[in-house]
Amino acid sequence: MSTALDEYREVSPKGTVDFLYRLSDLVKGRSMVHVNAVRYGGGAAELLRRLVPMMTALGVEARWEVIAGTQEFFTVVKRLTDALQGRDEKVTEDMYQTFREINEENAKALNLEADMIMIHDHQPAGLVEYRTSGAWVWRCHLDLSQPQRRAWTFVRRHALKYDAAIFSLSGFAQRLPIPKFLMYPSIDPLSPKNREMTRSEINQIVDRLGIPRTKPIILQVAKFEWFQDPLGAIQAYRIVKKNHDCRLVLAGSGVMHDAEGEAVLAEAREAAARDPDIHLVQLPPEADLEINALQRTATIVLQKSLKEGFGVTVSEAMWKGKPVVGGTAGGIAAQLIDDVTGYVVHSAEGAGFRLRHLLNNPGLITRMGAAGREHVRRNFLITRQLADFLTLLKIMPPQ
Amino acid sequence: MTHQSDHTIPDSTFTFIGCSEVQEILGQQAEDEKELAEIVEEVPLDSIHFHTHSYFLRHRFIERAYPNDFAQWVVMQIGDHVLGERLAVVDPFDYPNLEDLREEIISIIDDHLSRMSIIPRVVFGEPFHFKRSRILEVPIGLEARSLAEFRQAVSEVDVSAIYFHMFEAHFRLGREESDFSAWIRSSLGLEELANAIRSINPYLGSLERLRSSLLTVCDEFLARV
Repeated sequence: MSTALDEYREVSPKGTVDFLYRLSDLVKGRSMVHVNAVRYGGGAAELLRRLVPMMTALGVEARWEVIAGTQEFFTVVKRLTDALQGRDEKVTEDMYQTFREINEENAKALNLEADMIMIHDHQPAGLVEYRTSGAWVWRCHLDLSQPQRRAWTFVRRHALKYDAAIFSLSGFAQRLPIPKFLMYPSIDPLSPKNREMTRSEINQIVDRLGIPRTKPIILQVAKFEWFQDPLGAIQAYRIVKKNHDCRLVLAGSGVMHDAEGEAVLAEAREAAARDPDIHLVQLPPEADLEINALQRTATIVLQKSLKEGFGVTVSEAMWKGKPVVGGTAGGIAAQLIDDVTGYVVHSAEGAGFRLRHLLNNPGLITRMGAAGREHVRRNFLITRQLADFLTLLKIMPPQ
Repeated sequence: MTHQSDHTIPDSTFTFIGCSEVQEILGQQAEDEKELAEIVEEVPLDSIHFHTHSYFLRHRFIERAYPNDFAQWVVMQIGDHVLGERLAVVDPFDYPNLEDLREEIISIIDDHLSRMSIIPRVVFGEPFHFKRSRILEVPIGLEARSLAEFRQAVSEVDVSAIYFHMFEAHFRLGREESDFSAWIRSSLGLEELANAIRSINPYLGSLERLRSSLLTVCDEFLARV
């Protein structure tokens, strides 16, 4: 089973895998259970699918539990998600009651006995009310910098019962009287979204998506949401287009059965004004190989978001050796080294200026791309996150 | 920094120890240079250590323009190059303890602000978030009993061990020199080499550059004897 980790010797920094084996010696035999709301879809599930077998391979008794809930419960937690991220959502007392009841049912059904219980996001956060043993850690993947007050007050009551909380950025955290740790998300270099691809495999997918490979491609991978600012991306492209014959590809999901997605796509179409070099590509959820192929085909990757979570697509693009021009939202700037792996910009004009500068300097594209790949190798691979979890398992005192 | 350690370094054999860091958010943040000085004054010393010494553990491969978080922030987020340059030349190894280092940082910021008509602050950038480390020592299974073995181990060891023995030794053991130079002096009796290693300033660049400097010093010594 150790081979699951040994596969990373080729892609992680020298000595990392051996270091992980030594680190795991300190926690061998300890148990850790992760709990989240979904088995598929979303960053937490993507991470746990890979991390749990890796921890098991290292001698940690790692398990992954998923809570069960009614349709009503998942509607409630979706609204709670939006409210916690600052959207104007009404969450009623009945909804909170549904949240509490489903958490109580899951607390009875799930095996939550372990040295460390890590609860991912708010959906199962209420399980802590039924804690019996072990250190309880709340891993919040959301940006809580400006939550709706009532929603946060509700979740905070549960958060206070944990022994520690983990956030993806310092700026995402709220005030809590428990230790708050910082752990950057990571990418899995061997997953379908990031693994190496052959040239023919890439071409086949990009051809199928209807994107000619005859001009430099500026790519933005993001859901069709206002916060992802597709119109700003088009504005930046138009600045570049005056001097460079290039294409803009805006690829993302979030359109099917989603009123906002449909509206954003319609407006982006209007802004594109039938320009044949602007491609709006609707992707299904978990279109991992398509995203991988698009990122590998791109000349430069743009992340012109106005509001963002950690924005791990930046690391995905850098891993493929692409310079990234990104905004300051969320974790974009935390992943980029300005002027080394890409540029941090503050406006559509800034994005256009930097994209144009890069297209004027093909050597710079290559150098920044190479620096970005190394930066991700050292800081944003799943092996680093595995080390974070093993370290936490060691340093958190058992309760 | 909070340490978890179950291990000691024997006198005759050098045992390499790496480390793994978890960052803890303290919840205090500064949006201008005055706030920065005020919070520097009140945070635990662990946080001063985090933003100066263990800075290198987090930027172990790529050299940033400025060698500590304070200098990096005032330049990159506020755009105050003058204060950034003054903070950049603070060498933490010049101070016998973290309290003295804290005083020096506050004194530089206060002096800078006394010459300014306005207090420079973040406009478009990010606030300064104060943090500290929880550092876990990890024995990595490499030992050296001779200079040749030592040189070989330094060339292949996880770079966190370079950090641990060069930076942490200073405060963990209250030593004026690193674990490396102390062992070479006491166990191998190579005074000249120990002094050469001691004279390497670890704040010159990244940990990988520090590794290269260590290897160069060892190779030059081995070529002469």
